Amino acid sequence: MADFGGSDLDAFRTEARDWIEANFPKSLKGKGGMMMREERSEPTPDMDAWRKAMGEKGWGVPTWPTQYGGGGLTPAHGRIIQQELGRVGAYNPIGGMGVMMFGPTLLEYGTEAQKQQHIPPIVKGELQWCQGFSEPGAGSDLASLQTRAEDKGDHYIVNGQKIWTSGAQWAQWCFCLVRTDTTKKHEGISFVLFPMDVPGVEVRPIPLIAGNSPFCETFLTDVRVEKDQVVGPVNGGWTVAKRLLQHERSGLSGAGGGGGGRSLVKLAKDYVGVDEAGRLSDTDLRTRVIMNEIDGRAFQLTAMRAMAESKANSGPSAATSIMKNAGTRWMQDRAELTIELMGHQGLGWEGDDFTPEELGAVRSWLGGKATTIYGGSQEVQNNIISKRILGLPDPK
Amino acid sequence: MAVLNEEQTMLRDAAKSWVQEKSPVTAFRKMRDSGVELGYDANAWNEMAEMGWAGVIIPEEYGGSDFGYLSMGLILEETGRTLTASPLLASGLAAASALVLGGSDAQKSEWLPKIAGGEVVGALAIDEGAHHAPEKVALKAEKSGSGYKLSGSKSFVLEGMAAGLLIVSARTSGQPGDTDGITLFLVAGDAKGVSRKRLHLADSRGAANITFDGVEVGEDAVLGEVDKGHALLEKTLDRARAGLCAEMLGSAVQAFEITLDYLKVRVQFGQVIGSFQALQHRAAKMFTDLELARSAVEAALQAIDADTPDVPELVSLAKAKMGDVFHLVSNEMVQMHGGIGMTDAHDAGFYMKRARAAEAAFGNQGYHRDRYARIQGY
Ligand SMILES: Cc1cc2nc3c(=O)[nH]c(=O)nc-3n(C[C@H](O)[C@H](O)[C@H](O)COP(=O)(O)OP(=O)(O)OC[C@H]3O[C@@H](n4cnc5c(N)ncnc54)[C@H](O)[C@@H]3O)c2cc1C
Ligand SMILES: Cc1cc2nc3c(=O)[nH]c(=O)nc-3n(C[C@H](O)[C@H](O)[C@H](O)COP(=O)(O)OP(=O)(O)OC[C@H]3O[C@@H](n4cnc5c(N)ncnc54)[C@H](O)[C@@H]3O)c2cc1C
Repeated sequence: MADFGGSDLDAFRTEARDWIEANFPKSLKGKGGMMMREERSEPTPDMDAWRKAMGEKGWGVPTWPTQYGGGGLTPAHGRIIQQELGRVGAYNPIGGMGVMMFGPTLLEYGTEAQKQQHIPPIVKGELQWCQGFSEPGAGSDLASLQTRAEDKGDHYIVNGQKIWTSGAQWAQWCFCLVRTDTTKKHEGISFVLFPMDVPGVEVRPIPLIAGNSPFCETFLTDVRVEKDQVVGPVNGGWTVAKRLLQHERSGLSGAGGGGGGRSLVKLAKDYVGVDEAGRLSDTDLRTRVIMNEIDGRAFQLTAMRAMAESKANSGPSAATSIMKNAGTRWMQDRAELTIELMGHQGLGWEGDDFTPEELGAVRSWLGGKATTIYGGSQEVQNNIISKRILGLPDPK
Repeated sequence: MAVLNEEQTMLRDAAKSWVQEKSPVTAFRKMRDSGVELGYDANAWNEMAEMGWAGVIIPEEYGGSDFGYLSMGLILEETGRTLTASPLLASGLAAASALVLGGSDAQKSEWLPKIAGGEVVGALAIDEGAHHAPEKVALKAEKSGSGYKLSGSKSFVLEGMAAGLLIVSARTSGQPGDTDGITLFLVAGDAKGVSRKRLHLADSRGAANITFDGVEVGEDAVLGEVDKGHALLEKTLDRARAGLCAEMLGSAVQAFEITLDYLKVRVQFGQVIGSFQALQHRAAKMFTDLELARSAVEAALQAIDADTPDVPELVSLAKAKMGDVFHLVSNEMVQMHGGIGMTDAHDAGFYMKRARAAEAAFGNQGYHRDRYARIQGY
């Protein structure tokens, strides 16, 4: 990786700006939200073109190594790309679990052959991955998972059931935790990969309270997994999985900082009105909006401090451990306040009596309840903080 | 739990067993999936009416049993447990209250027996904007011949799709926001110029927006006094609020009990999750809050039965407290169930959606905290 100085960053900003200007289809301006939606629609030709351009350039994953197609840039360059995309209303079309969690984990633990096979398609946004971790009996206690992989010499045969598998109905590949040793708990788990179209994989979408069905039950019946598709040592999958969960968690904290849409204050002014001095006329609501705004600012300041500290110490800052709970709590509060200040209009399920913004607020209020459950529940995160950061013992 | 007399105990037990047999949450789910325009199951409502539930607060001379508001609250608490959707609150409690409190003999004779028998569904058509604000009435009632002509619209009319009788607040003088100049009218649901549109809300109940396009009514349609309807409206609303609180109490208690059962059976880390103190203490807090809310709700209902002057403050106390507690319990229900609580197949989402709709109806917690303070003079 080249050593860029400050003036170099300025030059890079110009380069990024020009390239985005030349390649980003104007028709997609401000359409980033569509990419985030869980129910995927068919991509338009412009969307395809933009994904291809970013994929070829490697800028969807700017810090990943160039030998697998990544941008090979420093985090500072990555942030510049992000800023320049944001400046013109463009979005990063390379995303999903492959980018957020699986790719970084494979770069660390995968064999050279595995990286050659799996990283470039992620960089180009050519295929989707799904996460086969949770089982009906193994949620927070993930390590109690029961899905069995039997050693058949040159391959494994996998049997079991996964659940809450996000995007399994759209994914081409799965990274999955299986039990290769039934005599041990954590030390009997392996991290394996298989394509979703091999015989024996059956997915059933599960409708959610928000009305969409972004995740599935995944049944595995005599699924053949090749031995070269084990990531990390056999029976050493827990270490790999925990690293992946860290990536998942930090990705989710970032999402907590987003929000998007009109600001809470703006919405509140529109829906409940202001007094002569410009104060929200509902003083009870005003206090709670202020509290949420302050939490949001404190969260953003913490994100910036954590970034600065990790750069200075070249290791994660202790502040990162609080990011998921702080971010999700703030976001959930905000969603509650949003539907509350919309009054009856914030209860709409469908129909033209409600604006798209109102209907969207209701659905994201409901969908957002998942953020304190997945990626390590709020309680699991608090247990981690208590034990790992605060050094508090387990009860006797 | 309030000390009940024999009648009340019987009523409560009857309600409990009917609800469990005939109207479990699966019945609500079926109603929702059917997409029925009314927002409730008409057969179930007929059964409720046959048991006399729609006439519990209606005097005997008009076909009711005159058991009172605490009794009605006991039934609503039971139906609330399983999220039973029915016009019991809107018709048997709210509309009936308006007539009992403000109706002439002729008006009572015409409508109360039909409401008590469940043949007519009554509904309050009060709010016009996104927030509960009973004095912000713009719908106009202008003198026309010997009667009035009503023009304007009402939003979020509970059971507005089923209503055969609408109790409409209209402005006969003054400006929206004035308490003077509001008059209540009785308008037949099939009157010329009344049109309604179903609102599809997250809680799947039968709410509607209703427009009044020059609806002609006679002088005998005025409920109470011209221009002086606000006091009657507030009295009626306080009864509706207290009844809604009773329903919310039932829903919240049930949501809590389902969650508590789950804490006792779901195993993670080789032990039931209810063994984790992080969850135990939150369950204990919910239990504590539910007990506090129950006291507030029962006190409001009893004050209405005794017709004491502190009804408004007790009702606002109950609605503010009950709203907060149902809000908390419904959120915890989802959180403590983990992934399964996010699925539509589980009932947790129903309770959460119902909680928000019930919180918003007839004034949310913020509204009633403010009203409580105003009544107390601060
Ligand atoms: C929308 C959504 C998407 C998901 N996507 C995926 C996916 O793609 N792949 C995948 O593998 N999984 C996925 N999950 C599953 C998710 O990781 C699990 O739901 C989560 O780990 C919790 O497990 P559980 O649902 O079994 O709840 P449980 O573990 O049964 O938890 C129930 C409750 O008990 C609490 N609890 C558990 N243990 C403790 C403790 N020790 N102390 C205190 N409280 C405790 C929990 O916090 C929770 O409140 C998804 C979940 C959701 C909701
Ligand atoms: C979706 C998900 C995301 C995760 N993300 C991360 C992450 O980002 N970083 C990370 O380091 N780990 C993460 N984890 C792993 C998590 O730290 C562990 O699963 C959890 O702490 C339990 O550890 P264990 O599986 O080793 O439990 P075991 O050691 O098998 O079981 C003992 C565990 O039981 C629990 N326990 C027992 N008694 C009590 C009690 N009275 N109160 C509370 N808890 C009790 C404790 O959690 C204790 O660790 C994640 C887990 C999941 C499911």
